[in-house]
Amino acid sequence: MNATGYGWLVLGAPLVGMLIIALGWRVLPGRSAGWLGSASIGISFLASVGMLIELVDRPEESRALVGTAYTYVETAGFRADLSILVDPLSVFMCLVVSGVSFLIHLYSISYMTSDQGFARFFAYLNFFVFSMLLLILAANFVLLLVGWAFVGAASYLLISFWYRRGTATAAGIKAFVINVIGDVGLVIGAFLLFDATGALDYASIFAAAPEVFARNDAQLVGACLMILVGAFAKSAQLPLHTWLPDAMEGPTPVSALIHAATMVTAGVYLIARCHPLFELAPIAADVSAILGTATLIFAASVAMTATDLKRVIAYSTMSQIGYMILGVSVAAYGAGLFHLMTHAFFKALLFMGAGSVIAAMGGIQSLDRMGGFRKAMPFTFVTFTIGALALAGFPLFAGFFSKDEILAYALERGGGYAVLGIVGYIAALLTAFYAGRMVFRVFFGLSVPEADELAKGHLAHGSHANPATGEEEDTDVGFPGSEHHVAEREWPMKLAMAPLALLAVVAGVLGIPGVTETLEHFLEPTFEDSRFAEVHPTAAAEWVGLAAGGLVAIIGLGAAFLYFMRDPGRRVATRERFAGVHRVLINKWYFDEIFDHAIVRPVAASGRFGRSVVESAFVQGVLVGGTVGVVRAGTSLARSIQTGELRSYAALLLVGVSALILYFLIVSS
Amino acid sequence: MNTSWFVVLSAFIFCVGATGVMSRRSPLVVLLCLELMLNAGNLALVAFARMLGNEEGQIFALIVVVVAACEVVIGLGIIVGMFRRRLPIDVDQMTELRG
Repeated sequence: MNATGYGWLVLGAPLVGMLIIALGWRVLPGRSAGWLGSASIGISFLASVGMLIELVDRPEESRALVGTAYTYVETAGFRADLSILVDPLSVFMCLVVSGVSFLIHLYSISYMTSDQGFARFFAYLNFFVFSMLLLILAANFVLLLVGWAFVGAASYLLISFWYRRGTATAAGIKAFVINVIGDVGLVIGAFLLFDATGALDYASIFAAAPEVFARNDAQLVGACLMILVGAFAKSAQLPLHTWLPDAMEGPTPVSALIHAATMVTAGVYLIARCHPLFELAPIAADVSAILGTATLIFAASVAMTATDLKRVIAYSTMSQIGYMILGVSVAAYGAGLFHLMTHAFFKALLFMGAGSVIAAMGGIQSLDRMGGFRKAMPFTFVTFTIGALALAGFPLFAGFFSKDEILAYALERGGGYAVLGIVGYIAALLTAFYAGRMVFRVFFGLSVPEADELAKGHLAHGSHANPATGEEEDTDVGFPGSEHHVAEREWPMKLAMAPLALLAVVAGVLGIPGVTETLEHFLEPTFEDSRFAEVHPTAAAEWVGLAAGGLVAIIGLGAAFLYFMRDPGRRVATRERFAGVHRVLINKWYFDEIFDHAIVRPVAASGRFGRSVVESAFVQGVLVGGTVGVVRAGTSLARSIQTGELRSYAALLLVGVSALILYFLIVSS
Repeated sequence: MNTSWFVVLSAFIFCVGATGVMSRRSPLVVLLCLELMLNAGNLALVAFARMLGNEEGQIFALIVVVVAACEVVIGLGIIVGMFRRRLPIDVDQMTELRG
């Protein structure tokens, strides 16, 4: 089979899996829906490996293949094919997405066992993976938009998976609305590009762009900014980020899959994919780099005070995606995508560990309630700590190489970019600190009753209540199931977490500066047309950056150790001393409140105005009432003629006919 | 004989019929008067046909006779139906069609 054949298989397997599970949920016994879903993603992963092998066999200059199934639309001057693009970038993304998705499916088989919506969960999950792969493999903007919107829909379905939980449905709606803002942006961006180039497939647009657009052409900058709106909404970057923390209402595997490893990185992929455009419009690329940097420091600062374990990881995700956005915006494509991959590994791992801890707590997510799980959950402790070290950029772990490579590129570009790089190092310090904070607060310190019970072999299943509001819940469909599952007792969960832990440690070998750089070489054919292809920090500069990054990570972790382990009392003291700062951070810099006042309330007020004045007074009163009045007056006139008396009808008839005859007689004479 | 005599007679019968339709309250008489009007028309048709010396007017007259027969059948049927249901046989009281 050739590479595009494998490409169609990559897409087909999850689609078929989704259809089988969605249509056959009634007859699929026990956990079989989960195994079926995992198997379909496994096939997808194997097909991705097939694509990789086929692609590597080909000479470097012909590593971009387009496979067309059929022509979707064809009219005068416009043609959209249902076609996929197999090139190093899409193959790389397919491998990451299908690989991590497979492991998360495996994890979910155990994690969701007692949930009444088990089969529904896997149907959604397969649908999500299909959409994500479609987004990645699309060879034109039409198919990209289909995948883009599908992914948003899947995200909505999965965030609101426990659909009887009010907070979950509200979070789902919030995510969907912001995603749709992004979709609209992307549509407008694609239209602006089509308007100028007359094409919608990547190859034609990128080929035509240098001829139709001057550097920083207004229309091109507009198109790129609109594409950025789409990318930022999907990737939860400022100012379209508020949905991601709320999305943690979904089941933990969903957070791991969609809101850490795959979907939220779609924006990074899009910017990397459209790099010829962004290089022609440096203004847009700079906007992207600045917003990415702003997000990475903002999210890191919020993650330091958030008390909900999953939200800490969610803010950390935003922060890490900020690094990736910064990377692909300063033309460090290889580095940005390298970080995308390592982040997918360690962040999925962190979420899986968090899921295990939350299960052990019987559904409670607050860090304030956790502590001392080290003894009771050795496997979770080890894997979570590996994930946290990789996140912090501890020397030789995966995140160490990838994050510092991005920053090295930013410093290499110099000027304003160097400032962004330095901000990145400051955020790295915060990252190490909050990564340490998570580990120390969850696994060390005084052990909570749940941890003691678990050490004795009893797993707390907790009360069935919404952890956010404390509302009572049952365990029927639409709410979480009755039982919780921890990694220590479920081999599929261990099987999913162990490879990720391994990868979080060793994935760095794909990009050791001056030694391997495998990934960068593999991605080279996609990015060789870049103006910045030759801009590359020297290995020595990168090693200096790595040393600085490692030092920052160790300082941050050390600070967290001193802070949370040595002297727990200081925590409260600091919080009181910097009460103002703490309040800003714990309220997430008041972004939700600002949006509420700036957008939600004015819109709601205009809605109320519309309903009370425009609707009731103008539409109901003038338009509807006026029409009714005219018709009523007309009909009452017509009705008064209809007396129902036969003789008057006859008289009218006679008079009428006589009048007509008289008229014609007079006219004719 | 001059055609105008026939036309005058026809007009006279037509006026008698029209007056009857408008002034009488019994539906039977109204129907009868309708027949008078139709036949007044017939008379005029036949008279003009004779004057012009062709048969077309006579054919029309025959058709009018057929239509009149149908109409009488329906009209009488309605009246019989009303009688059976003991409704008042009076056109002034049949005002259900008032708007």
